[in-house]
Amino acid sequence: MSATYVTHPEAREIVFDFLSDYDDPSLLGAFWVTVQLTVFSAIGSLVWGTLLAAMRVSPVPLMRGFGTAYVNIVRNIPLTVIIVFTSLGLADIFGVTMGAPDDFELQGFRLAVLGLVAYTAAFVCEALRSGINTVPVGQAEAARALGLSFTQVLSLVVLPQAFRSVIGPLANVLIALTKNTTVAAAIGVGEAALLMKEMIENEAQTVLIGAIFAFGFVVLTLPTGLFLGWLSKRLAVKR
Amino acid sequence: MTSVLYDAPGPRAKRRNLILSVVFFALLALLLWWVWQTMDDKGQLKWALWKPFTESEAWTTYLLPGLSNTLKAAALAMVIALPLGAIFGIARMSDHRWVRIPAGAVVEFFRAIPVLLLMLFANEFYARSTDISTEDRPLYAVVTGLVLYNASVLAEIVRAGILALPSGQTEAAKAIGLRKGQTMTSILLPQAVTAMLPAIVSQLVVIVKDTALGGVLLNFTELLNSRGTLAANYANVIPSFIVVAVIYIILNFILTSFASWLEGRLRRSKRSTGAVLGAEDVDDLNAAEVGGAPGAGAVGKA
Repeated sequence: MSATYVTHPEAREIVFDFLSDYDDPSLLGAFWVTVQLTVFSAIGSLVWGTLLAAMRVSPVPLMRGFGTAYVNIVRNIPLTVIIVFTSLGLADIFGVTMGAPDDFELQGFRLAVLGLVAYTAAFVCEALRSGINTVPVGQAEAARALGLSFTQVLSLVVLPQAFRSVIGPLANVLIALTKNTTVAAAIGVGEAALLMKEMIENEAQTVLIGAIFAFGFVVLTLPTGLFLGWLSKRLAVKR
Repeated sequence: MTSVLYDAPGPRAKRRNLILSVVFFALLALLLWWVWQTMDDKGQLKWALWKPFTESEAWTTYLLPGLSNTLKAAALAMVIALPLGAIFGIARMSDHRWVRIPAGAVVEFFRAIPVLLLMLFANEFYARSTDISTEDRPLYAVVTGLVLYNASVLAEIVRAGILALPSGQTEAAKAIGLRKGQTMTSILLPQAVTAMLPAIVSQLVVIVKDTALGGVLLNFTELLNSRGTLAANYANVIPSFIVVAVIYIILNFILTSFASWLEGRLRRSKRSTGAVLGAEDVDDLNAAEVGGAPGAGAVGKA
């Protein structure tokens, strides 16, 4: 594509013309699904990951064992296997239809969120646990020596410090999650990667399509990374 | 047991922990019972569905060829991505702006986009612009996608590994009159490679897991793809998923254990400078840039 070619308004229309052929989902619609997958999975995995982290650091051996086993098993299975399993295993065999037995589009979306939550929570758990481990034991011992109760030690001394050191690693998990939502294409969720697969197979502009979708993901991941990176540096506990 | 969070338990805490254990055990048992019941209802526990895995046919026709393709793609991707990553990692630390900035842009770009997009693009690109046969194309596409992504992650690992070395190494090299290139090739790189070894092995786990993407979306006949053919043949969806998951877990567990064994060995070793990049650094480097120079964490740990 030469410079003179694209400067003609009509020529530019021809190059990007194919985009208007796609309206279910459209380009923006597909990226919107990606954003939704990311947001719902992020909330879910934060909740489940926090519970797992609480189990892993709890004084109850059985919970600790479960947390450790969950993290080590889930982290070693490819996300693709988990996502495909939610569809072929959970939905088809176990009958988990996520409250949408007839609406396959919605069901696929919810199953993908479930799979992403199950996978990402293991990484959230590890980020939180390593955050708690950065707080020196002396901090809690000093707090106890001052006579603070368990809740006070946790809420006034340990968690504020742990939370700050956890922002950076959690931001990394969030960015990895944004990229991982593309795996939902494996069970036919109409997000960005699936639309790209369809477009790139049917249209002639291979490089252009690749560039458009790559740009979309750079737009999604870069600002998040920069903002949360700035935040984690600002809030870092200087030791 | 004392931790940051709680003191050694007294009699009351011990009783509470016991109650929590019992409640949690009951919940777990309930979940397992539901799984077992549903599998029984759907006939997934029948011996006929599990029997294929005790015979050689299921392994020699489906699982082992699939596993060997998974390993082949992962090994190829790692072998090609390592030198590329080293080049870009070193280029990113160059003193010349015209080398440093383009190298940085390339690395950040390929880290910011999903590896699936790279595979899809490579597949289509090969289909249109080359005469690679249709059977070979999925392998080429998967390896290309993995190489592009992992070379940029490895570039960051190399950079972090070199930045993690004590500055005295560069200063001493300068003091004895070595040039920049000599410092890099005979002082920094050899030490950084040792420091990076655990991180490289950990990255191999990421690569192995990502090969499964090609199996579903590009019809590359790796382990997950072979599971589909196997399940179509024996109608054993759940058993085949469990067996394949266990294979992945064992494979990746071996790699992870090897990485942490290496890490522990290097940290204890007296000959090293103490700079080691472990699995945690790899987790961080697989996301796009957050929190400035990747070496920062590694230096802090050394």
